[in-house]
Amino acid sequence: MDTPKTGEFAHIGKSVVIKGELSGSEDLYLDGHVEGSIELRNHSLTVGPNGNVKANVTAKGVVIQGKLDGSVNASDRVELRQSAVVTGDVTTQRISIEEGAFLKGKVDIQKDSGKA
Amino acid sequence: MKFFRSSSKQAASAAPPQKLTRRSSGMAEISRLLNSQDGLCVLDMGATSANNIRFFTAKGHKSYSEDLLRAALDPALRIQDEKGNTVLDSKKFLAENLVYSNALFDVVLCWNLPDYMEESLVKPTIDRLWSVMKPGGLLLTFFHTRDAGPDSICYRYHVTGTDTLEMQEIKLPPAGRPTGEKQSPRLQRVFNNRHIENLFRDFASIKFFLARDAIREVLVVR
Repeated sequence: MDTPKTGEFAHIGKSVVIKGELSGSEDLYLDGHVEGSIELRNHSLTVGPNGNVKANVTAKGVVIQGKLDGSVNASDRVELRQSAVVTGDVTTQRISIEEGAFLKGKVDIQKDSGKA
Repeated sequence: MKFFRSSSKQAASAAPPQKLTRRSSGMAEISRLLNSQDGLCVLDMGATSANNIRFFTAKGHKSYSEDLLRAALDPALRIQDEKGNTVLDSKKFLAENLVYSNALFDVVLCWNLPDYMEESLVKPTIDRLWSVMKPGGLLLTFFHTRDAGPDSICYRYHVTGTDTLEMQEIKLPPAGRPTGEKQSPRLQRVFNNRHIENLFRDFASIKFFLARDAIREVLVVR
């Protein structure tokens, strides 16, 4: 369903705990626990249903099914799925929120200044 | 891909709760402000609403969401007062909620929160709202009239137009039992007009709109 096929994404499983700075140049599916910061400038982050993130996130696209505590800065889009629990500010160009998703924080829609 | 998926277009299998609509004179006044300026800060107090976030951000405003009814269910907030009654710890509640810099918000949508919030939290919450609102900012809130019974349904209000609100029944777990069976929060009390004026006595002005559905809309200027 929403779990990406292995090989298309870097995958962090639900038993993995990471503390510190996490950065990369490929898409990431995260179903584990991360505390610190996540930076995937031109790539996407998916927080799986078991994911528990306490970090500020910078990415192109962010899909959240699990729990995220921190700010989200996405240059393209953010999707909060039904099971998402997000505490923090979201800055992005586009956002979609499914009914049942929880968001405590600010939503700031930034218009793309690079496109006419 | 469709963004800002409307909550009314959920899959049929999910059997979404019934939604009603109502016209709102208070929302019409709020909309006049939202349409006349850019980059306002709007605090929407209720369950996360994609409709509302879309409505505000599409007009170039910043949308803040905070669900205080749900936050008040936290069992850690429950303490005993000097008479041994269980009350909610308003200091702890406000240490964890409504934590913003002073004079941040131009608009606060309180909806029916004061009617369903536990007594010990109402005044401290309104006082905190006074602090986080800009002078001249607008606050919209709804109060039931005496015609409303204790079983009045608690609604979440979704903004669907400049003066139109969609009403969706709220169901929450019982206080102190986050995993309990969800039910509609109970109306805690009915404020009379004098109580409402006292509640907002630190604000600059207050305006009442009497609606047909046993609701008084109250528009308050900070």
